Amino acid sequence: MTLKASERQGARSATGRAVAINGATLVAHAMRQVHPDVVACYPITPQTIITETFSEFVANGQVQTEFVAVESEHAAMSVCIGSAAAGARTQTATSGPGLALMWELLWVASGSRLPIVMHLCTRALSAPLNILCDHSDVMGARDTGWPILFSEDGQEAYDNAIQAVRVAEHPDVLLPVISTQDGFTITHGIERAEILDDASVRSFVGEYSSHRPLLDVEHPTTYGAWDYHDYYFEHKRQQADAMEKALGVIEAVGKEFGKMSGRPYGLVQPYRLDDAEFAVVVLGSAAGTLRSVVDDLRSRGVKAGMLRVRVLRPFPMKAVAEALKGVKVAAVLDRAFAFGAPAGALFGDVSVSLAVNGGGPRLVNYVYGLGGRDTLPEQFMTAFDDIRRIAKGASVQPVVRYLGLHEG
Amino acid sequence: MVKTLREMTEQPEGLSSGHSLCAGCAESIIVRQVLQAVGQPVVVACATGCLEIATSRFPTTAWNVPWIHSAFENAASTISGVEAAYRALVRKGRMPEKNIKFVAFGGDGATYDIGLQWLSGALERGHRFIYICLNNEGYMNTGIQRSGATIQGTWTTTTPAGKVVPGKPEWRKDLTSIIAAHHIPYVAQAAAHAWKDLETKVEKAAAVDGPSFINVLSPCTRGWRYDPSKTMEISKLAVETRLWPLFEVENGVWRLTYKSTTPKPVTDWLKSQDRFAHLLRPENEHVVQSIQRNVDREWTWLQRQCSLAAATA
Repeated sequence: MTLKASERQGARSATGRAVAINGATLVAHAMRQVHPDVVACYPITPQTIITETFSEFVANGQVQTEFVAVESEHAAMSVCIGSAAAGARTQTATSGPGLALMWELLWVASGSRLPIVMHLCTRALSAPLNILCDHSDVMGARDTGWPILFSEDGQEAYDNAIQAVRVAEHPDVLLPVISTQDGFTITHGIERAEILDDASVRSFVGEYSSHRPLLDVEHPTTYGAWDYHDYYFEHKRQQADAMEKALGVIEAVGKEFGKMSGRPYGLVQPYRLDDAEFAVVVLGSAAGTLRSVVDDLRSRGVKAGMLRVRVLRPFPMKAVAEALKGVKVAAVLDRAFAFGAPAGALFGDVSVSLAVNGGGPRLVNYVYGLGGRDTLPEQFMTAFDDIRRIAKGASVQPVVRYLGLHEG
Repeated sequence: MVKTLREMTEQPEGLSSGHSLCAGCAESIIVRQVLQAVGQPVVVACATGCLEIATSRFPTTAWNVPWIHSAFENAASTISGVEAAYRALVRKGRMPEKNIKFVAFGGDGATYDIGLQWLSGALERGHRFIYICLNNEGYMNTGIQRSGATIQGTWTTTTPAGKVVPGKPEWRKDLTSIIAAHHIPYVAQAAAHAWKDLETKVEKAAAVDGPSFINVLSPCTRGWRYDPSKTMEISKLAVETRLWPLFEVENGVWRLTYKSTTPKPVTDWLKSQDRFAHLLRPENEHVVQSIQRNVDREWTWLQRQCSLAAATA
């Protein structure tokens, strides 16, 4: 989130320089500054800018990272698993079908408690083939045991890329983390952002001290033993426990990042929600458009607001329920179909959050923006029109609606 | 350099006893020989398969060395990651240089089939590691199914010897030659019974500053259907019948490391294991002839590689 100068915290420890570059390059710079030991990437649109830019840093000697030019995304995650288990700070990046190809190993990485960081440039899944933005790829990874941070813009993608390392490596967590940015919209869109100074980033992420590394040959460790039914459930319970603890860690790291950079981060980002009666709930870059839609409505006297969810996993149930407390009707926006499910993934998570926290607004679900389709402010406005009508007695059915779909 | 069998018994063991491999399984014999020849320190990556399952049931492990299993197809990539981590940590000054060896073990399932891409990529990238294929000619851990290493006519559970189809219709991949075509410094074929040949090859592989590959025949008493006490005999028979020649390709030079003075016909091989019992019936004579033709063809091709090497030396 790009804060206006007036919204920045006064004092911060880092210095920075303003740049105008795209989100993918911003993340590549974050990677350069974090300076992982090993990076294994397989190129796929729209992640390619990250892979190519980082390769330039390697070729120019700007980093001492071992860059492994793997032959597939599954190999990329395999190399990451070996490297992280060996005791190296390890990162990768991918999009869409590349993430899907890694799917088997996402479970292995989290089940093996390896703090790998993945920069995901969200992209639609085939078929049909579509290289543009939606959230179907990351939704397929929702339950794989990786904490997931959703960036709204390039600045946040850069900031999350740095924070992700601290979250993953925290001794209470030790889970691999996905940090997203929306494909093309953010990866390829040039925006004004701030890159912090190298020393501040380095000091923020600190030195990596791994747990039982393979390369500690004096203390041989076995990674990837198999479980019979007598241990598997307990191992998974430990993993779930780590995921639960990640919520508090993400919050704490977000605050600490704020002290360093002047840009604090929480689990959710409410916008004009304090007295809002009508709200949208959204992940990722559409929040930018929605902010102006909210402002437009407010200028006309409508009590509109927006809740951007920053953390998809672990889902911040209390924070979401708290933020939506006074809202009458909310439109939850999903940028992916959850075929056969009662509604979209975010809708489901928000529904549960309200249900277990004393209730909240009535909800409707909108699927939007699939396959890179831009959703215009006037189209988002129709969602607000709908929920205002629902507040006045219109039916909440159908629960799942569409924005920007060419129907009929 | 390990010289005698007695010396072997005095080496520290990278793989301890107490694992649950079948009596008569050659895999642990091969692995122990490999680890002795490689020495320590070593980090091992292991594909899913009999070796991995039998040695790592939580909360136990049979491995006295650092060891990782991540998935079925990716032992080569996993060890690439460990090796990359080592390079990075040394370059960054976070750990001292150590003569750590990186070894990957995979069965023929993991290596010929599901993991071929991963192995090929790791070889092309030039990581410093030794890949040992434990070839028992089938997906044994999942119940004796056919693999790309299974020869024509073999009974397996996915190529049963039925009324209409007498075992696997296809011949097999020549994986060792595929790997040699990657032009890595050292490639070899070895077998469980020829311990000195195997250990010499492993030492050569370990000395390579880059990738190396050894394909080791590993007889499987359960899948091949022979008495567990005969594993070493069976291994020797594979070499004598030319089913499994022992050779190496050192910097592109092909060389047989063993040539029998009394080569045996393939029927001796087929008679020694019940997985081929159906082939001894008269109606399957044509399959036996085809097997002999394929063995001869592979042998002739191998001879040509070796004599080309000798001629251009």
